[in-house]
Formats: sequence, C-alpha cells, structure tokens
Amino acid sequence: MSSLNDVAGPQQRQFNPYTENGGTILAIAGTDFSVIAGDTRQSEGYNIQTRYAPKVFRLTDRAVLAVNGFAADGNMFVKKVKQRLEWYRHAHAKDMPLHAIARLIQTMLYARRFFPYYVYNILGGIEDDGSGAVYSFDPVGSYERETCRAAGAAQSLVQPFLDNQIYFKNQQPAPGTSFPAHLPLPIVLKLVIDSFTGATERHIEVGDGLEMYVVLAKGRDLSGLEGIVGLQELSTKSDGERIFVIRRELKKD
Amino acid sequence: MDHFPTNWGRPRNDAFDAYATFPIHQRPSNGPKDAFSQGVQRTQQPIVTGTSVLAIKFKDGIMMAADNLASYGSLARFKDVQRLQPVGEYTVIGAGGDMSDFQYIQSLLDDLVVEEFTNQDGHGLGPKEIHEYLSQVMYGRRTKINPLWNSILVGGVKDGQRFLAYVDLLGTTYSASTLATGYGAYIAQPLLRRAVEGREDTLTQEEATKIIEDCMRVLFYRDARSLNKYQIATITASGASISDSKALETSWGFAEGIRGYGAQTQ
Amino acid sequence: MASASVYNPVGFDFSNQVRNQFLQEKGLPLPKATSTGTTIVGCLFKDGIVLGADTRATEGPIVADKNCEKIHYITDSIRCCGAGTAADTEFTTALISSNMELHALSTGRKPRVVTAMTMLKQMLFRYQGHVGAALVLGGVDATGPHLFTIHPHGSTDKLPYVTMGSGSLAAMAVFESAWKPNMTREEALDLVRDAIFAGIFNDLGSGSNVDACVITASHTEMLRNFVKPNERVEKEQRYKFRRGTTAWKKESIKDLIVSEEITPIGGQVEAMDVS
Repeated sequence: MSSLNDVAGPQQRQFNPYTENGGTILAIAGTDFSVIAGDTRQSEGYNIQTRYAPKVFRLTDRAVLAVNGFAADGNMFVKKVKQRLEWYRHAHAKDMPLHAIARLIQTMLYARRFFPYYVYNILGGIEDDGSGAVYSFDPVGSYERETCRAAGAAQSLVQPFLDNQIYFKNQQPAPGTSFPAHLPLPIVLKLVIDSFTGATERHIEVGDGLEMYVVLAKGRDLSGLEGIVGLQELSTKSDGERIFVIRRELKKD
Repeated sequence: MDHFPTNWGRPRNDAFDAYATFPIHQRPSNGPKDAFSQGVQRTQQPIVTGTSVLAIKFKDGIMMAADNLASYGSLARFKDVQRLQPVGEYTVIGAGGDMSDFQYIQSLLDDLVVEEFTNQDGHGLGPKEIHEYLSQVMYGRRTKINPLWNSILVGGVKDGQRFLAYVDLLGTTYSASTLATGYGAYIAQPLLRRAVEGREDTLTQEEATKIIEDCMRVLFYRDARSLNKYQIATITASGASISDSKALETSWGFAEGIRGYGAQTQ
Repeated sequence: MASASVYNPVGFDFSNQVRNQFLQEKGLPLPKATSTGTTIVGCLFKDGIVLGADTRATEGPIVADKNCEKIHYITDSIRCCGAGTAADTEFTTALISSNMELHALSTGRKPRVVTAMTMLKQMLFRYQGHVGAALVLGGVDATGPHLFTIHPHGSTDKLPYVTMGSGSLAAMAVFESAWKPNMTREEALDLVRDAIFAGIFNDLGSGSNVDACVITASHTEMLRNFVKPNERVEKEQRYKFRRGTTAWKKESIKDLIVSEEITPIGGQVEAMDVS
C-alpha cells in the first residue's frame, strides 16, 4: 500500500513508444515447400482493434515474412524490407535469395539495437537449392535457420506442440524405423490449423482469422493443395517458385 | 513563466494532489531536471482534449461523427469545437486527443493539399494517401519520442472505393468497417459492429445516420467527457459534407421509483 | 469447541504481510490469482430479475476455464454474479449464502436481498478492497425485485440495469440503447443475452457461453449455458501416441501384495467390541 508520502513530491510520467498488439505467427519448412501462417486479430489490452490486420506478407515469389509484436513497428519494418528488396531488384534484375533476405533482416534489426523494432520476425520460403526454409529472428537481429518456429502471444502454447509433432522431441520411433526430418504438406497444413484453433481456445489474443501462405519450390506439383477451399495463388510467374494463400475463420470470442 | 494555469497562485512545493482534484496535467517538477530532456518541451500529456470519434462504412460511402466538446481535464472548456475536418475533395478526418496537436495536423494537411493543388497534374489526394501521410507523420513523431497526442480516423471515397482507417500517437494503424477511438472503442464499437458487420453494402444513409446517432447518445450517457452536441460527416462519391451541430435527445427517467443506493426506501 | 484465541484471531491471517511486501520490493512478485475478466449483467423486468454472465476465466492472457460458472447461489430467490478474483467471488458468495441461510433460520422469514447486499458490502468494506470481488446481486423478496452492484471496496449501487467486469462497457452500451421499463421475460432474456454477447465478442477478457438466471417471486430458473455461440471446431487430426513412444531405462515389476505373519503375544486377545 502506498501512503500519501509516497506519492507526494513530483511525479514523472514518461511517454512509452511501444505497445503490444497480440496475435501469433508460425512457420514450418518441408523438403520442397514452406508454410508461413498468422492469425489476423489486432488487439491492445482487452480491446480488439480489428478482426483483420494481416501479419504475414509476400516479399518475393519465394519469400514470405511474418511479423508479430508492436504492429506499427511491424508494418514499418515490412515496408523497409520491401523497399530494400525492390532496390535489389533494380540493381541486379533478379529477386534476392532467401538466405540473403535473412541476413538483410538481421542487419536492419541490429541497426536499431538501442531503439529496437519491437517485432518478432519469421521468414519462410524456398532457398536457392530448392529446399524449404524457415528463419526466425529476435527483435534485435539474432537469427537461426530452423524447421519450424512459433512466435508471438501464444508462442508458449504452440512451440511445445510443434516440438512434439515436428521434431518428435523425447519420443522413440517404432523399432526399425526413424522419424522423418520433414513432414508432407497435407500433414503440415493440418498441424498449422490445429495449432491456431488450439491457441484460439486458450489464448485470449488469438482468433478471428487465419492466413496461411504456402510457398512451393520450382517445378513442384500442387500435390497436397488439391481440394483446399479458398486457395488463392499470388505468384507472378508460373515457371518459378509459386505462392498460395489459404484463409480460414477462427473463433471470434 | 509557469505555463500551467492551475499552478498560478499555488505554493511552489505543494504536495501531490492525491485525489486528483485538479485538471489532468500535473504541476511541473521543481526538482533537478534530467540533463537529457532539459531545454526541450515535449507533449508529455494532452491538455485540451477531445473524446471519441466514430465511423462506419455504409452502402454509398463513409459516415463519421464526433461531438463538439474540447475538455480541459474534467472541465468542459470549449463546447463548439469542430473535430471533423475535410481534407481535399475525397476525405474527412476526425480526431480525438490533444486539440492543439490536432490543429497542427490540420495545418500540415492544409499545406499538403495546397501543394498537391498547385501541381495541377490532375491528381488529387485520396483517403488512402492522406492516411499513409498521417501514419508516417505520427510514427515519425513517436520515434522521436515527441508524439502528436491524437487518435485519428480517416475516411473517404475515391474512384468508387470506400476507405476507412485509424492512426494514433504510436503510429499504430488498422482498418475495419466500423471504427471508434477513445471511450468509443469500448462503448460504441460493440454496437457498431453488431449493426454494421456484414451489412456494409446494404445500409442506407438514413440507416447509417440512425446507427451513429444511437451510438452518440449512448456515449453521451456513459462518457463523462462527452457532449450532447455533435456533427456527422458523410463522404460519398459525390463528395464530403459535414453537418451542422445536432443536439441529442436524451431521457434520464430510467431509475424513477428507485431510492438510494442500498437499504433505503425513502 | 475451541474458542478463538487472541493469538490466533479469526478470519484472514495477515502475519506474512510484511514478509511479502519485503519480497515484492526485492522483485519477487506474489503468485497471480485466477481472475474472471468478465462480463456480468443484471436487468429488471416486469416480473423480476434476469442475471447474465459469460463463462470465461482467465489467468493473464491465458484462458484458465472455458466454461466456468459465475452466477452463484445465495438463497433460493437471490443469486449473485461475480467478477474479479475468482477465489474471492466464490468464497465471499459462499460465506454470505451460508450466513443468509442461518439468518433465515433464526428469523423464520425468507431473507431479503438488502440483507445479502448489506452483509456483502460490510464484509468487503472491512477488507478495504483486498477481497477483490465485484458483484452483481439480484433477487426477489417480500418487498419486490431488487438489483445491486457491489464494488470491491464495499460501495453499492441500486439500478434497473447493471453491468460489471472487463466487458461492462460493452454490455452497458447494449442496455443503454435498448433497455425499457416493464419488459416481458422473453424481452429481458434476449436483452441480457445481447449484453453478454457484446462482452464475449468485443472484450478479450470475456468469452465462451452465456449463463442466465431468471428470478421471479414464485420461481428461480438457472439457465446454465443458455446460449453456446463458441463451440470448438473439430480438430484436423487425431493425436494418439504409439505404445512405446516413451523411452525407458529399466523395467521393474513390484509385487504389491504383502504377506505378514502375526504372532500374538501377551495372552488372550479380546475381540473388538462391535456392538
């Protein structure tokens, strides 16, 4: 309990340039594809600001960036990354490779080391060798290539689930078999949907809508995507890597 | 000189007012100042403030509303302030928060529109462009830790496209078919969502006006910094118009017959 | 029965208060209580009272219980919705419910709503807000229908329609725009449902289902899960683990049957008196 003496004397309030806007993002890499997903709710405190604010963005035909944390910083960061990628396109007449985008994001984040973008980034896509890749970043630029990563409000709910279902952590395979290093696309999509419906059940800041971006390696057929309702293609070329987006509803409470 | 009127005539080292009986801003510190912030005065809190702004999409465009009050803390200081402002031909903005910062934003936008006009290149700024400009200004100022203390709604119609978006002192932006700032986000937004979501393309102007009016009334009932005098802006393909001040009809007889707050009966 | 000693006063024990404050200053926060960041409402109608509540309980941003009950029993014709610290609302209402029963037995009358209200506010005031219960109390007694809100510090309000919790503004907006005097049961129930819906869908602290309770002079009807607008969708996959998934280092099987031999000493053993 504060007595009157504690509050007597000058009080200093400081403007806080950050806030948290909730939501969760997630990416999983396959052998020749990558899935990057995020919910679409934007909130502050107990208030839903909007039920549809994208957190996942197409950068090139083979790179997708998911941003989560402080929405204003996130949007500004994506804008600046896109600008740098356009400059690269103008200078080199090709899209920047995924691993180079990852390094670019690192330097851009670390450049703001002492006034950081309060944003957790996950970059997903296809590498030059045609493999699916996921890079995850902390707000000041430390990064790592992984098979899967969840970030944001429900990271602590989703990541253990992925560790179990994708990395098969602390599990024994059936005698004479081994766990796969990468899962097939239909299974990955199911895991992503279940991750988000699960997080929606138990985290108040997750919900409203789900956007899943699927990036396919050059020359890969569409197996695993057939029969999916609301599939929308975003690729600019038909002979390179291809990008699709799948939208789903999540609970709105 | 001391620029805070509530300090005039008070002892210099009065104890902090524990019951918040004086207006929002607190007296400046008389102690030693942080060498970093010395010499530069920044907006640390809003002084003369406006409350909620509401806006919805309807069949023909966007409808926005804000009351005419500018408060000075708990004092209803100015009762004929216009918080809705047309910008260019296609857009209206509405602002809550610090009114002097809003007036500064208005002057920025005036300059912007004039410059765009003098180009005479056949382009006019639409609501999208105004919103983008405003979010850059707001985010830029927050990044300098010198924010413009407002939350602003930008609405408009250009090239047959309706546009409605929000931006605030942090540079946070978002868009939806119903938006509300300040207390409106807690009180009016639930009503707006229920009335508008899924009906953006069928609501008529009359229906939209009714929805807005009902929400302004509820806000006047429950937001202690609001006024029963407000304006409605309507933006359609044929341009933007801002109504004269309207008065709300209210009734306060809901608790007739109820006595006291507890066991009292008389 | 043991009498209350001066060294062990009845009621809450504050002996750790100084230690806890010291630990807090050292940066060790107190364990967080489950809070029902809530929408609860009450509304007067022609024949009585309708109470309503959502069913989400939270611990910070995590949903602790998706279908908890927030409308607590006080007496047959008095109920109380609770928001705030879950444990405080549960224990406070249970204590007052018990005292109301004793009061009814000692007076030989049906207890009144004001009695419950007075007991609650006096208790909460005594604890100076440390018992974090924000309540909506409603019921019908010999003097008619009554509806109160009780704040954690002990202040009360008497109004024809009331809301509490983090969704109170959303719910109150619905009441302010649509409440009218002398509604029918159906109108009142629909209005309460809409008020709770406003909380469920607009306030992150509220969610899941709607509970309602209709109290009239003759009858009290508890409508548990009156509406369920948030059913979980079916999972895409079944998550079952193969037998043998968990690794083990050694296997040992213990025999739980223990056989003992009893040697009676000291002569004749008297049979137990089982009469």
